[in-house]
Amino acid sequence: MSLFNVFNLAGSAIAAQNIRLDLTASNLANADTVAGTPEAAYRAKAPIFQAVYDEAMGSQGVAVRVVGIAEDQTPPDRQYAPGDPLADENGYIYKPNVNAVEEMSNMMSASRAFQINVEMMTTSKELLLRTLSIGQ
Amino acid sequence: MGWIDNALGTQANSVMVGARRAELLATNLANADTPGYRARDIDFRAVMADAEAGINRGLVRTRAGHIDTGMPATSHMIERQVRTGLEDGNTVSKETEQAAFTENSIRYLASLRFLNGSVQGIMKALKGE
Repeated sequence: MSLFNVFNLAGSAIAAQNIRLDLTASNLANADTVAGTPEAAYRAKAPIFQAVYDEAMGSQGVAVRVVGIAEDQTPPDRQYAPGDPLADENGYIYKPNVNAVEEMSNMMSASRAFQINVEMMTTSKELLLRTLSIGQ
Repeated sequence: MGWIDNALGTQANSVMVGARRAELLATNLANADTPGYRARDIDFRAVMADAEAGINRGLVRTRAGHIDTGMPATSHMIERQVRTGLEDGNTVSKETEQAAFTENSIRYLASLRFLNGSVQGIMKALKGE
């Protein structure tokens, strides 16, 4: 029954969007952490989504999964702060390459997608329950 | 059980196609943020025409051990023609898909109601009331 598969599909999407929300939270939480070297600075993280084709299972549905987590490769923000205890010998500190505006829009998109998938599951549940009550 | 199928008429097909379409729209929404994913939909009219004509365009079973997957014809799948202008090649518009899902749910419920009417008719005939 195809309607049951909606739960698998929406479930996969919810799991993926959950990871995305987690990473956004991590990025925003670390937006102001400071490091003494460019390598040690926190880098913004983002999930890599991939469609999973599973037609052998007799389903036409294509679930989604997170295949990896990518780090933003833009160099960290270098700031001159000789008074900072973490500053290197030249007096520089390195701040994460997190763009707060980008993260906020990411968060809105993820939570919207999450919400839509939950609504879809609720609707499918309703349809299935009605289907079960045929002939009553 | 051919006579039951005949008694239930086209609504039974309509319910099945509706369930498949719900699955496909769920696929689109699940992949709303997957790069390169292209939104698909079922050509409802074409699938219903096939169902009424008794044509099964699913996977062809060439050996006795092959299982009928009941999969719909991929030839009836259409890619949604939308231009999102996104660079990642994804053509899913969450709003369009959600609207289509809601519309499909209402159609499904309508078909279900008609189907229920047919079933209750059969029950009455069986009981001889």
